[in-house]
Amino acid sequence: MKVKVIARNPDDYVRETKLDIQRVPRNYDPSLHPFEVSREYTRALNATKLERVFAKPFVASLDGHRDGVNCMAKHAKSLSTLLSGSCDGEVKVWNLSKHECVRTFQAHEGFVRGMVVRYCGTSFFTVGDDKTIKQWKMESPGYGEEEEPINTILGKTVYTGLDHHQNDPVFATCGQQVDIWDEQRSSPIRSFTWGVDSFSSVHFNPVETELLASCASDRSIVLYDMRESTPLKKVIMTMRSNTLSWNPMEAYYFTCANEDYNLYTYDMRYLAKPIMVHMDHVSAVLDVDYAPTGKEFVSASFDKTIRIFAKDGGHSREVYHTKRMQHVICIKWSADNKYILSGSDEMNIRLWKANAAEKLGVLAPREREAANYSQKLKEKFQHHPQIRRIARHRHLPKTIYHQTKELRIMKEARRRKERNVRKHSKPGSVPVVSEKEKHVVTVMK
Amino acid sequence: MFMFFQKSDPFPGPAPIPEDRLQKFKRKDKLKKPHRKQHKLRDIIARSEDASEMAQKQAARFDLLLPEEAGFLEGDEDEDTCMISQEDIAEAVDITSGAKYFNLKLSQFGPYRLDYSKTGRHLLLGGRRGHVACIDWTSKQLMCEINVMESVNDVKWLHSEAMYAVAQKKWLYIYDSNGIELHCIRKFNDVLRMQFLPYHFLLATASATSFLQYLDVSVGKEVAAICTKTGRLDVMCQNPHNAIIHLGHANGTVTLWSPNQKEALVKMLCHQGGVRSVAVDKTGTYMVTSGMDKKLKVYDIRAFKPLKSYFLPAGAACLSLSQRGLLSAATGDVVQVYKDVCSMPVTKPYMAHRLRGTVWGLHFCPFEDVLGVGHGDGFTSMLVPGAGEPNFDGLDANPYRSAKQRQEWEVKALMEKIQPDLISLDPTELAQVDQATWEQRHQDRVEVLGFDPLAKEKFVPKYKKKGRSSAGAIERRKKQVAHEEQRVKRKERERKKAALSTQKSALDRFKK
Repeated sequence: MKVKVIARNPDDYVRETKLDIQRVPRNYDPSLHPFEVSREYTRALNATKLERVFAKPFVASLDGHRDGVNCMAKHAKSLSTLLSGSCDGEVKVWNLSKHECVRTFQAHEGFVRGMVVRYCGTSFFTVGDDKTIKQWKMESPGYGEEEEPINTILGKTVYTGLDHHQNDPVFATCGQQVDIWDEQRSSPIRSFTWGVDSFSSVHFNPVETELLASCASDRSIVLYDMRESTPLKKVIMTMRSNTLSWNPMEAYYFTCANEDYNLYTYDMRYLAKPIMVHMDHVSAVLDVDYAPTGKEFVSASFDKTIRIFAKDGGHSREVYHTKRMQHVICIKWSADNKYILSGSDEMNIRLWKANAAEKLGVLAPREREAANYSQKLKEKFQHHPQIRRIARHRHLPKTIYHQTKELRIMKEARRRKERNVRKHSKPGSVPVVSEKEKHVVTVMK
Repeated sequence: MFMFFQKSDPFPGPAPIPEDRLQKFKRKDKLKKPHRKQHKLRDIIARSEDASEMAQKQAARFDLLLPEEAGFLEGDEDEDTCMISQEDIAEAVDITSGAKYFNLKLSQFGPYRLDYSKTGRHLLLGGRRGHVACIDWTSKQLMCEINVMESVNDVKWLHSEAMYAVAQKKWLYIYDSNGIELHCIRKFNDVLRMQFLPYHFLLATASATSFLQYLDVSVGKEVAAICTKTGRLDVMCQNPHNAIIHLGHANGTVTLWSPNQKEALVKMLCHQGGVRSVAVDKTGTYMVTSGMDKKLKVYDIRAFKPLKSYFLPAGAACLSLSQRGLLSAATGDVVQVYKDVCSMPVTKPYMAHRLRGTVWGLHFCPFEDVLGVGHGDGFTSMLVPGAGEPNFDGLDANPYRSAKQRQEWEVKALMEKIQPDLISLDPTELAQVDQATWEQRHQDRVEVLGFDPLAKEKFVPKYKKKGRSSAGAIERRKKQVAHEEQRVKRKERERKKAALSTQKSALDRFKK
């Protein structure tokens, strides 16, 4: 007779000393782990609820400006430096890790309209309401020295926007026309006009570095190639765009922040129809900035909120607001993809987490694995109604909540009217225009 | 001229995985590929299927590293395994395994019912005349021993070895592992049988007044009380795969219950007499029932079809299925163990043992090759090689866990506790796409918008320069697109015809 009975040696299953970790033998046989789907669903539900519990995005407020913050600039090389320009012409340099202001000086008389740090990180440019372009050193002046720009260029008209080329010593300004400047010259090397009297902002494409885009006051967005002598093409929309931001990962996409409470993502090659219309704000959108991954962007609006959208999402995934934060004028997504910086009307710059429930700092390997697992579970079950309900739930200030409802009622009414008109007219006489096409008037070359 | 002698890898590529092992970890078949134009959906599905396959392959590879092997018993050439006695087996194996065969002589307090805890470490005995004892049977340490001074119908461990439930003459009592009475639940009266659903923390009780009640032991609330209206309920078992309770009745039917419905989910007529015992295997595929008509039947519980029927001269009062598919059936004072009763036709038992009293309770020990038998003379623990699952999962049920590990496990299990609404015949229901709701919502949206947003737009041909947009050319382009749809339909028709035409008929020889 041959017989074998299961005989386990406890030494193989119990740890040797108190200082060892416990032994955990594993068997992944599915019959030993029944109810996989239900248990994962319960875990996903718990993870979603915990995410809402830990969603505390506000990190710090940088106090110090004496007038509303008008523009901000990210340092090209350092993650912990931020530059901000305010409406009284003051420029402040902040150290974000200590939440303090390192340097303050009066840069312009009047608003500081635009700021940009040069790609090498050693100097930065500012333009202001006093029709000047000034270049400053990044280092603080030594003891006894005064704050003096390296270079000042006097112009004839007010400059409203500024951006620097990614690798070359070239920058662009916009005001009454879009000018391309070489750093060594005191007059623009090229000027672009297209029958418009004012441009509100200009931005270089970070990937295709020779391309520019600008927002004009005739409700259009104009595309330029620095190497050409005339602008490339322009798209005219139903309402004016305040500013735009290029996708840092995809060369041909840009998102513009429009006055009609929406943001539009365009493919620069096909301007007739935007790729996506991002709707969620209840007032004019003032600024937009992409995350360095190119997958999300953040928008600042006149309605005192900040919203984070996925690059192909029609609605926002997150909304940040505080009672103390008034109209948000400028916004930046930090280059390490973790923080959002917002400058607002009430002279404060606020630092927010990009992922509201994320734990900051160095995570232990098990913590990181648990966080990754929860994230994956939430993604897997995101469409289940109970989980979706909890994940979507956000508290909104009363004004915004009521305004959203009102806008929805208005949209419904317009839609109903269009439907009735179509029903009672000759079939085919009232064509169906999709939401995306509705906002573009024309494309001109 | 000199030649390079290149050594080639005799086993190129990753190591092959045997097909049956891969099959064990396979969850679902691959989805039908969505339409060519739905790029995003195709991407998502392809990516998730790749990840799933990779996970299955990794799990199958890990199978190689499992430390233990299953037990077996093989007789010599003319020896029948069922003739081998327990004493012979106990002598043939090592001392610690031999010590797993023991008898407890407890003739005073009536026939005993028993239960093993989920880890298989602790044993709970309940005698009919009130004697309740819990023992760590591997080390033979007595944890507690009390006499509840009432008749005991059934005993059951709750989620861990800290608490157990005793169904006494009138009400349901819950005791601590030190024997202290924690709760007396008067709502649960005349309980005859109990089953504990470990992942839902539910104690299901079947009473003599034909009530099936569910108690959530983590919060202490009664989740459901179902009036089954089928008479005295004294045959009960659970399906470990989907947490459905099987009840056997005196009219030969077996009914399946879930706490969400007031009616039985399924009613099956299994036997011509009353049903004496029911058992379901751990994968939830096979159900074994025995009845007063002296038959033992095996059913496929997923398709509700009878598979096999055996004749037992004396019927089986108790049935139990082990983790590896061995069936133990007790008739009178004889216990017989059958191997592979679900897949292959069985002629003789694998093992047999005679006890000193009528068998009252039968239970395989979870991760050991041991069968516990409660009978009129006390308790016997039998050795059944090949019954238990050799490799346990440390995160699920670890017989060697320390107190700290048990506490951590308990917290995690409570956090993952499945709500009773999710109990249904198909445990993977949550993973299915709810097509009906989507269609309803789509219809509502069409009504609201006035047009169907998913409908295909009419094809408008692009205006081409240099005379390529003449009327004839435009018509030609339109025809091309229109014919594409017809082409798809025609291909379908031809495919069906081809399938039919391969079937040969008798008149084929008259066709040219």
